[in-house]
Amino acid sequence: MQFESFSAFLAMGGYGFYVWLSYGVSALLLAILYFSSIANNKAIKQQIKQKQKREDKLRQAAQQQQQLQQEHENNEVVS
Amino acid sequence: MWKWLHPYANPEVTYHFTGKLIPWFNRLAFSFLAVGLIWALVFAPADYQQGDSFRIFYLHVPAASLSMGIYVGMAIAAFSSLVWQLKLADASSAAMAPVGAAFTAIALFTGAAWGKPMWGTWWIWDARLTSELILLFLYLGVIALHNAFEDKNLAGKAAGILTIVGVINIPIIKYSVEWWNTLHQGSTVSKMGKPSMSIEMLWPFMVTFIGFALFVAVVICIRFRTEILARNSMRPWVKNLVLEQKLDNPEEKY
Repeated sequence: MQFESFSAFLAMGGYGFYVWLSYGVSALLLAILYFSSIANNKAIKQQIKQKQKREDKLRQAAQQQQQLQQEHENNEVVS
Repeated sequence: MWKWLHPYANPEVTYHFTGKLIPWFNRLAFSFLAVGLIWALVFAPADYQQGDSFRIFYLHVPAASLSMGIYVGMAIAAFSSLVWQLKLADASSAAMAPVGAAFTAIALFTGAAWGKPMWGTWWIWDARLTSELILLFLYLGVIALHNAFEDKNLAGKAAGILTIVGVINIPIIKYSVEWWNTLHQGSTVSKMGKPSMSIEMLWPFMVTFIGFALFVAVVICIRFRTEILARNSMRPWVKNLVLEQKLDNPEEKY
């Protein structure tokens, strides 16, 4: 233990401002890096999911269209 | 001879492999950083000349050497991507750029906050500080190029060329304190196996350094997996993975 009291620890032998500024800003930058990386990951997954849903809907719509057309043609043949 | 490596060229295999690594890196990084930083702040002795301001050293030096190490890693990945067209190498170099930029910013900031009480100035335009600032701009340029094109492969090529050209800056940073007169002190840790540092300071430094390196591994793994997903969004395995989204499973959290 290099410090006699907690206030001595905070004072850092007169260099408290510079030491804590360094540690604070570093911690902040690392936290931003870490959490933005996780947020980025989630956003990409969400994007892919939405794209996927849109494509599924388009495919379903195309299938329905085809079915309707076929039925229509069948009716024409009958009449 | 290299056959064991082949499966890892498959994005799906590598995605799941890095997913298993993250929790371990996470735990180790947290343990090393907790022990190392408490040791550095509370138990390490104050410097006989610099007093307690020396405690900034335990952030400044790991950040600065990692900022250069990550750049070299990024350049090797960019080179393999350009020469052998390895898609995963391109994804990994894109993953490394923001991490390197953050550590360069930390090295610059802690350097300034240490320089003010020791040298009497936040900043001077000498070789070491200026070349490290150029490193930050190189990182920002690489990030910007990766985001400048819709086509990821084209973006990777442009960013890769800038990365490789920028490697020239690394030896300039490393040897700037020997080649030019500067306020910045010379190397204390890596002096040909005989560090000019007391063992009581060297140990907390080593532990903190390993902790930061492991943290870098965690973040690079997370970003690498994001890049893999973005580049393979049309593959069936990505579609299944995203639709199932086993978010409760710790392995699939990131």
